Amino acid sequence: MSDTTLTPRRLTWQRRRQSAGRTWRQFRRHRTGLIGLGVLVFFGLVALFAPLLADHSGIEVTEATGGVLEGPSWDYPLGTDANGRSVLTLLIWGARVSLMVGLLATAISMFLGTLVGLASGHYRNFFGAALFRITEWFLVVPFLPLAIVLASLLGRSLLNIAFVIGVTSWPATALLIRAQTLSIEGRPYLERARALGAGDWRQMSRHVLPNVMPMVFANTTLTVAIAILSETTLSFLGLGDPLRVSWGSMLDEAFNTGAITTGAWWFFLPPGICVILVVMSFTLIGQALEEVYNPRLRDRA
Amino acid sequence: MTGPLLRVRDLVVEFGARGKPIARAVDGVDLDIEAHEVVAVVGESGSGKTTLARTILGLERPTAGSIEFEGDPLPTTVRRLRPYRRRVQLVLQDPTGSLNPRQTVYESVAEGLRIHRMVTKSEVPENEQVAEALSRAGLRPPENFFLRYPHELSGGQRQRVVIAGALALGPEMLVADEPVSSLDASIRGEILALLLRLRKELGLTVLVITHDLGLAWNIADRIAVMYLGRLVEFGTAEQVLSEPRHPYTKALLSVVPEMHHIQPVVLTGEPPDATRIPSGCRFHPRCPALQDGRAEAAAISEACRGKPLPVIDTSEGHVAACWLPESQAR
Amino acid sequence: MSGPTSDPTAPVARQPVASYEGERTRRPLLEIEGLEVTYRTAGGEIPAVRGVDLTVNEGESVGLAGESGCGKSTLASTILRLQPSNATVQGNIRVGGKDVRTLGWRGLRALRWGEASMVFQGALHSLNPVQRVGDQIAEPILIHDSAVAGTVQSRVGELLEEVGLPTDRARAFPHQLSGGQRQRVMIAMALACRPQLIVADEPTTALDVMVQAQVLDLLTGLVDELSLGLLMITHDLSVLSSTCSRIAVMYAGRVVEEGPADEVFEHPQHPYSEALSAAFPRIGDSAARYAPAGLPGDPPDPQHLPSGCTFHPRCPVALANCSEYDPPVRLAGPHRPVACVLVGEDGRDRSAAQGS
Repeated sequence: MSDTTLTPRRLTWQRRRQSAGRTWRQFRRHRTGLIGLGVLVFFGLVALFAPLLADHSGIEVTEATGGVLEGPSWDYPLGTDANGRSVLTLLIWGARVSLMVGLLATAISMFLGTLVGLASGHYRNFFGAALFRITEWFLVVPFLPLAIVLASLLGRSLLNIAFVIGVTSWPATALLIRAQTLSIEGRPYLERARALGAGDWRQMSRHVLPNVMPMVFANTTLTVAIAILSETTLSFLGLGDPLRVSWGSMLDEAFNTGAITTGAWWFFLPPGICVILVVMSFTLIGQALEEVYNPRLRDRA
Repeated sequence: MTGPLLRVRDLVVEFGARGKPIARAVDGVDLDIEAHEVVAVVGESGSGKTTLARTILGLERPTAGSIEFEGDPLPTTVRRLRPYRRRVQLVLQDPTGSLNPRQTVYESVAEGLRIHRMVTKSEVPENEQVAEALSRAGLRPPENFFLRYPHELSGGQRQRVVIAGALALGPEMLVADEPVSSLDASIRGEILALLLRLRKELGLTVLVITHDLGLAWNIADRIAVMYLGRLVEFGTAEQVLSEPRHPYTKALLSVVPEMHHIQPVVLTGEPPDATRIPSGCRFHPRCPALQDGRAEAAAISEACRGKPLPVIDTSEGHVAACWLPESQAR
Repeated sequence: MSGPTSDPTAPVARQPVASYEGERTRRPLLEIEGLEVTYRTAGGEIPAVRGVDLTVNEGESVGLAGESGCGKSTLASTILRLQPSNATVQGNIRVGGKDVRTLGWRGLRALRWGEASMVFQGALHSLNPVQRVGDQIAEPILIHDSAVAGTVQSRVGELLEEVGLPTDRARAFPHQLSGGQRQRVMIAMALACRPQLIVADEPTTALDVMVQAQVLDLLTGLVDELSLGLLMITHDLSVLSSTCSRIAVMYAGRVVEEGPADEVFEHPQHPYSEALSAAFPRIGDSAARYAPAGLPGDPPDPQHLPSGCTFHPRCPVALANCSEYDPPVRLAGPHRPVACVLVGEDGRDRSAAQGS
């Protein structure tokens, strides 16, 4: 192929990058969004560089060196847990699990939710209606009991937790995507695509999805927040992986070993605060993104 | 090729959901369109003209009747309709909504080429085909427009992009639904002139759907007047607009603002809806001839109210679906 | 003349609108002098209106013809001081003798709808979809004089009759009405507080030609019956020629031609008016067959106005120096201002060289 064929495509990508740059500049104006982003980056770095910040052996119960539920000291900045492990080490390594599970669960949820939402919005026949009914049904079923049942059935591992959260949180996304899909389906350019000969797949992937993406993007950040909270809850209930440490499992342990009654605040406060901070950061980012994208959606309508 | 390019026979298109009354948007239409001609279907909202156009394009399924393009009946499934799409293309009313806001002009025009994989079949690279189509639609130099987004263009330019997208497929017929009604007055003429030029240079056949009689006078060879799902008059533009036969056509002409010399006949009420089509002549509840006694005088008022009119034959020159003797004058 | 739809059998004759020569002196309802409106935006200053004079007298309907970007909607918004906050206004606007720009809050409230009201385009989007139309018509009445709460229903009924709608339609929601009926509701709303002046912005765009005829007949009937002043804004010159007594043509923020309606439509002097007039062909005129008339290019972007005469890039008869020289308004006859360098006392010199 001659070079000139590539050029329009290459330049189109360049324009897409420019538009991403514009989005960033608009996002920058939202102070709350930037704060959220900062907090998230901090935690992300902590999770990423966990091996550098705290030795992994600090998690092994058998290698615990501290006393039981000792208060903060120079050796143990956040004190120790009931096994003598450094709470700070647990916190740092717990960040990894919480964030990873949260992101994985979100990926599952967004993928399922977007797929079902698009399909149920696009197909006006029995298939689309059936998908919609399924979505509604899943929405009605209460999350926690379903999650507990599934987690108990599937066994206790991180992957299963992520799967359980993903599978129980996709309906909200699906509903949102479906509503947006329905409004786009009525637009003349969909009709034009059909008149040009585009099949269902092409209509959905090239015309509906790109116009739905901004909303998907903003919704994703909010979903991550929910996923992390869900992981914390499930771990707190004792359904998480017993061999891994997460903030939720720390809270569970704190509860079980009586840290609350003995007032060992260094054990149960830090994980709770971390969860709050991370969830809040995602929420702030999501809100800022919605504000960035909404005026544009309105303009393009 | 003998015979008309497009032949529509006894077409009926109904809409209805369970529990709701059935609307017959198209209620028996025969229409022949010859190659290289410009035919205008004129009517008000509710006349069924848009449904007729969409059915011809394969975007709606007929309830009854047949559509033949170059002698072959229209396919019914999406897959088999695909080759048909290359031959009959659509230009919609609202150029702003017709273009995907997230696609560049290049991508919008190349869309058709990519769907039909036309670049691999021919020797010509994609960007040249896109440039050619944009050029033919009057956007020159075409390269300047490749990377623009629809919101950066004016209304007229957007409509040209839509036309270019249709032209890229090399169609034989264009169906234009109100192609200029949302454009500014001074650029309407340019788009209409473009359609005429495309007929001359590419041999395109054009079916224009509009409520604007002036537009039909500007570019149409033959005109079909549609009312509540049926054609009520058909003929050349000169015949239909200078010597209208049907009372509805006469009324429509009389209220066109430029026609100062005709006494305006403003019909009362709104056009009735397609779920309750009147008996006999479907225009009779609003017909001035019935209201001012001419129908009585011609002893046909009972027929007007009760006897349904036959579907008009568009191969018979200037015809009108009316019981009045003067509407049948040859 | 009886109401628009009271006699279904008789064709409704179009009465001549009050003549331009004006046998009796009429009170000016709207006086616009030297109006200039500029928008302050992040991208710079945008001159939307660049010096417009316009008058509408009692019982008179004046048409303002122009396309997108010419400033006509901006002009309309300043009449009721509805222009956006980033718009700077200069010049004089008087409604019923009162200076709109310096009215206090009380005076402004009395002005809006009480002395002048507007009919907007796109009635579907201007009406509240979840409120019955009767309540929407009643709203301005109640705002202006809450004391009449008891009698407002009968007033609403009166108004619906005035615009040719059955009174039971007051209980309907906007989506239950057709396009023509919604536009009539908009007109009823505009009449609610008995204004003297009505400004109609594209009142019949997107309506079918028959419905358009009904709505235009209604408006002209009301102008005659109630001695209203009507300013009708649209890009369809033919609609203006049949409804108004005087037409002003606007291009790029200025009035480029003005005169009696049929004069401007049949014998336009400015090349732009000529193009606008030709855009709506006379059916029956064989010269218009296969010859759609339009102008190359697009209506100018107010942010990037061409130099000199703003019309010169699209003008079929532009001279070489039209790009440097913005023509002052000349008179092509009595009461016939035209902003074109080719215009003289006897109208435009059509022997001038074509093109440039």
